[in-house]
Amino acid sequence: MQQTVILPMSSAGGRRISIGDPIFAGLAFAAGFFVLLLLGSIILSLFFGGMPAFRAFGLSFLTSATWDPVHHVFGAAVSIYGTLLTSVLALIFAVPLAFGIAFFLTELAPDWMRRPVGTAVELLAAVPSIIYGMWGFFIIVPIMSQYIEPTLIDTFDGIPVLQDLFAGPPFGTGLFTAALILAVMVIPFISATMRDVFDTVPAVYKESAYGVGCTTWEVMRSIVLPYTRVSVVGGIMLGLGRALGETMAVTFVIGNSDQISSSLFGSGNTIASIVALEFPESPAGSLKLASLLALGFILFVISFIVLAISRYLLRPRLKA
Amino acid sequence: MSATTATAGSVPGPAKNQKISLALGRRRHRTNLIIKALCVLATLIGLVLLASILLTLIYLGGSGLTLNVFTSVTKPPGSNGGLLNAILGTLIQTSVGTLIGTPIGLMVGTYLAEYGRHSTLANSIRFVSDVLLSAPSILIGLFIYEICVEPFGGFSGVAGCLALAVIVIPIVVRTTEDMLQLIPPSLREAAVALGAPKWKMIVLICYRAAKDGIATGVLLAVARIAGETAPLLFTSLGNSSALGSMTTPMSSLPVTIYQYAGSAFQDWVQLAWVGALLITIGVLATNILARFALRGGR
Amino acid sequence: MKRNYLLGGALLLGLAELTVPASAQTQITGAGSTFAAPIYTKWAEAASGATSIKLNYQAIGSGAGINQINNRTVDFGASDMPVKADDLTAHKLMQFPTVIGGVDIIVNIPGIKANELKLTGPVLAAIYMGKITKWNDPSITAINPGLKLPSTAIATVHRADGSGTTFVFTDYLSMQDADWKSKIGSSTSVSWPGGAGAKGSDGVSGTVHQITGGIGYVESAYAEQNKLTTTMLLNKAGKYVAPTMAAFEAAAAAADWSSVQNFAIDLNNEPGDASWPIESATFVLLPTDPKDVNQSAAVKKFFEWGFAHGNDTAKQLLYIPLPESVHNAIRAAWKGVPGTM
Repeated sequence: MQQTVILPMSSAGGRRISIGDPIFAGLAFAAGFFVLLLLGSIILSLFFGGMPAFRAFGLSFLTSATWDPVHHVFGAAVSIYGTLLTSVLALIFAVPLAFGIAFFLTELAPDWMRRPVGTAVELLAAVPSIIYGMWGFFIIVPIMSQYIEPTLIDTFDGIPVLQDLFAGPPFGTGLFTAALILAVMVIPFISATMRDVFDTVPAVYKESAYGVGCTTWEVMRSIVLPYTRVSVVGGIMLGLGRALGETMAVTFVIGNSDQISSSLFGSGNTIASIVALEFPESPAGSLKLASLLALGFILFVISFIVLAISRYLLRPRLKA
Repeated sequence: MSATTATAGSVPGPAKNQKISLALGRRRHRTNLIIKALCVLATLIGLVLLASILLTLIYLGGSGLTLNVFTSVTKPPGSNGGLLNAILGTLIQTSVGTLIGTPIGLMVGTYLAEYGRHSTLANSIRFVSDVLLSAPSILIGLFIYEICVEPFGGFSGVAGCLALAVIVIPIVVRTTEDMLQLIPPSLREAAVALGAPKWKMIVLICYRAAKDGIATGVLLAVARIAGETAPLLFTSLGNSSALGSMTTPMSSLPVTIYQYAGSAFQDWVQLAWVGALLITIGVLATNILARFALRGGR
Repeated sequence: MKRNYLLGGALLLGLAELTVPASAQTQITGAGSTFAAPIYTKWAEAASGATSIKLNYQAIGSGAGINQINNRTVDFGASDMPVKADDLTAHKLMQFPTVIGGVDIIVNIPGIKANELKLTGPVLAAIYMGKITKWNDPSITAINPGLKLPSTAIATVHRADGSGTTFVFTDYLSMQDADWKSKIGSSTSVSWPGGAGAKGSDGVSGTVHQITGGIGYVESAYAEQNKLTTTMLLNKAGKYVAPTMAAFEAAAAAADWSSVQNFAIDLNNEPGDASWPIESATFVLLPTDPKDVNQSAAVKKFFEWGFAHGNDTAKQLLYIPLPESVHNAIRAAWKGVPGTM
C-alpha cells in the first residue's frame, strides 16, 4: 500500500496552498539540518582542537605508545588499543549471553514469563553508567582480585601463550574487568535486537523445520540465525558502538597505564576514560589538551566506521 | 513425519540404518538439551547481575535513606548534610533539557518520516542522529563547554541543560520516526481527503495517533539523561552548598555522587550510595512506566 | 503525579535553606583541588553566618581549577601545585597557601601492621620504577631488621586521574632519586612504569586493600579515616618517622617561607628530626585584576575568616594550619589585590 499522500487541489476554484505547509515543512527541514550542523560542529571542534597534536606528532600519533605528560610526548596507541580490546572482549562475553537470553525468551520460555523476564533484562540498559562504575569497583573488582584472577593465573601458568595473556598481579582492575562491565552494559542492547529480529522469522519456516524432526536448537541454528544473520550482526555492531563510547563505568575499573600490557589483567586506558581522567588536569592550550581532543576525534572516526558498517548490514531490514 | 519414514530413495545415509539414526537422534537430543540449559543459564546470569546491582544499591544506600536526605542541602563532611539541592538540580536540568531537546527531536523525526523519507539528505540525517546517539557524552560536554561556558565566562545551569538536550535529541528522533512510520496510510489519506493541509494532517492526526509511542520515547530519554554525569561536569559544574541557578553553577545528583563516592569521609560516601539508589530507582521506575505505556498503547 | 507532590513537599521543607535574601549574602565560586575540598566547604559552612558569604566549591582537580581561574569562570582557583611565577604574571594571578596536608604511604603485606615497615626515598623510587620487585628484597630487609617480610611480589598502585597528590609524591621521588627525576619527573600525571592505576585516593586505598603485596600513596586524611596500614619514612635528618599530626606539623614549622616567591614553597623533605618528608601546602589563586572587586573582597574575607577562626576545624579534618607568621605575610600580600575586605 502506498505511503505517499498526494495533496488534492481545492474544489473552490484556484490553488489554495495553506500557509502552514511551507512553514511547517521549513521547520522540519531546519531541524534536520540543525542536527547535521550539530554533529559537524562537534567533530570540527574536536579536530581543530586536536590539530596541535596532529601537527606535533604527525601520523605517528596513532602508533606511538608513549603518554608522558612531563616530557610532553603523547601517543594514541595505548588508548586506541584499550578501546578496541575492551570493546571486542566485551562483545565476546556479551554475544553468547545475549543470544542465550534471546533464544530463551523467544523459543523456550513459557508465555507468562516472557514479558517480566524480558523487561528485567532490558532494565540492565537503564541503569546509569556511574552506577555501573561504582558497582563494578565495589563488587566486581574484589571478586576478580580474590577469586577469578588468581584462579585463571594459576590455571594457565605454564602454558606458553595463555600464560602471558593471563599473568600479572591480580589487581582486580584492568582491561579484563572493564570488558566484563562493558559486556553487562551491552547485553540488553544486543539481546533486545536479537529478540525483535527472531520474532520476525515467518512461522512457516520454523514449522517446516520442526515438521522434518529438527530439535529447537537445530531450528535456531539452521533456520532462524541464517534468516536473521544480517540484522543480528547489525545489532551487535550497535552494541559495539555503545561499548566504544562508555566513559563512567570504565573510568572506575580500568586503572590507568601508559603501556600496552601483554596480560589481559593489566591496566590500560580507553579513549573515553583517558579523556575523563586527564582532562581536568590539562592546562588550556597545552599539548596534552590537544592530544585529548585529538583522541576524541579519533573515537568519533571509529564510531562512524562501526555505525556505517552496522547501517549497511541493517539496511535490508529497514526497508522491509 | 519422522526421519525414518521419508520417501524411499530420497534420504541417503543414516536414515536407512535404524541404529545409527537412533544414535544420531540421541546425540541431537542431547545437544538440544545442553543448549537449552545454557540458555536458561544465560538468562539467569542476566537476572543475577541485575539483582546484584539493585541489592548492592539497596544494601549500601538504603541504610542512609533518611528524611534528612530530602530536606537538607549538601554540606561538608560531618555536618549531617542531605541531597536536596542535588535532587532538585537534577529534576530541573532533566526537565529543561527534555523541554529543549524534545521539540527539535520531534521535528527531525517528522522530517525523516514525512518529508525526507529515503532521500540522501534524510539518510545522512538518520546516520548522523545515530552517531550522536552513541557519542560519548563526555565529548558532548566538552563541546558545550567550548561554546557555552568559556565565551560567557562561567559555568551555568543552562549549559548543563543544553548538554542534556543534545543527548535527548537523537533518542526522540529515533522514537518519533519509528512511531510515525507505524501509522497506517489510511489515516493519513482520510485526513487529506477531507481537505486538510499536510501540516495539519501531521500535527492533528499523526501526532495524536503516535502520541503514546512518542511519549514513551521522551520518557526513555528522560531516564537516560537523569543519570548522565560526564556532560554535566564541564557545563553546570555542580554546587556544593546550594541549588544554584540557570546562570550560575547548578548542583546535580550524578555530579554529587561522583564527587562524594571518592571522598575519605564516611558520611559523604554513604550519601553517594543513597544518591545512587535514588537515581536508579527513579530511572528504573521511569523505564517500567514507559514500557507499560508503550505495550498498552500498541 | 506522585513526583510533583514529593517535589512540592521537598521544596517547602527546604525552602529556608535554599532561598536567601539576595542582599544579605554574597555568592563566591571556587574550583580546583580535591584535596582541599573538605576544609573549604567546612569553613564555608561555619563562616556563612559570621561573614554572610556563601561559597560554592567544586573539586574538579588542581589543573582544572587553574584553567578555570585563568578563564575567569570562577572567583578563585585552588591548586595543590604552586603555579610558576611567569604563569602568575601572565594570567595576572596572586597565589597564597591556605592549609598543609601530608601524603602517606600505605601497604598491604601479610603480618605487617601500621607504622611497622620502614622505607626510604630511594627505596620507594626503586619500587615504583620496578627495580625492586619483591618485599623480601635485600634493600628493604636491610632497613627493616626484625621484621619478617614475605617473598610476595610488590604491586604498585598509583593515581589514575591527574592529581595534586601525584604531583607531591613524584616531586618527593624526584628529589630522592636522580634516575626518577630524569626518566619520569614530577607532575599531576606522569608516565608510570608499570603498576595499576586507581581513580581517586579512595580507589588507591581500595586497590591496595585488595591485593596482597600492594603499595600506594594517599592523602593522610584517607589513611586516618579508613585506618590504613601506613609506613614510616626516613626523613632528611636521618630519622624514621611515622605519619602523625605531630610529624606533619614539625615539617610545616621547619619550612623557610621567606626563601620563596609567591609562597611557592616545596614542603617535601623538610629538615628536622620529627618532620614527615612528603607534605605540601595547597594554594589559592586570586585575580589581581578582578572584574568584580566585591567578589574579590569576599574571597579575601572568607579566607581571612578561615585563618582567624578555622584552625581547629582544619585540624579536625586532619589538615595542618599555616604558621601565624605566614598568615600575616598573606594578609600583607592581599593588600596588593583590589577589593577591601
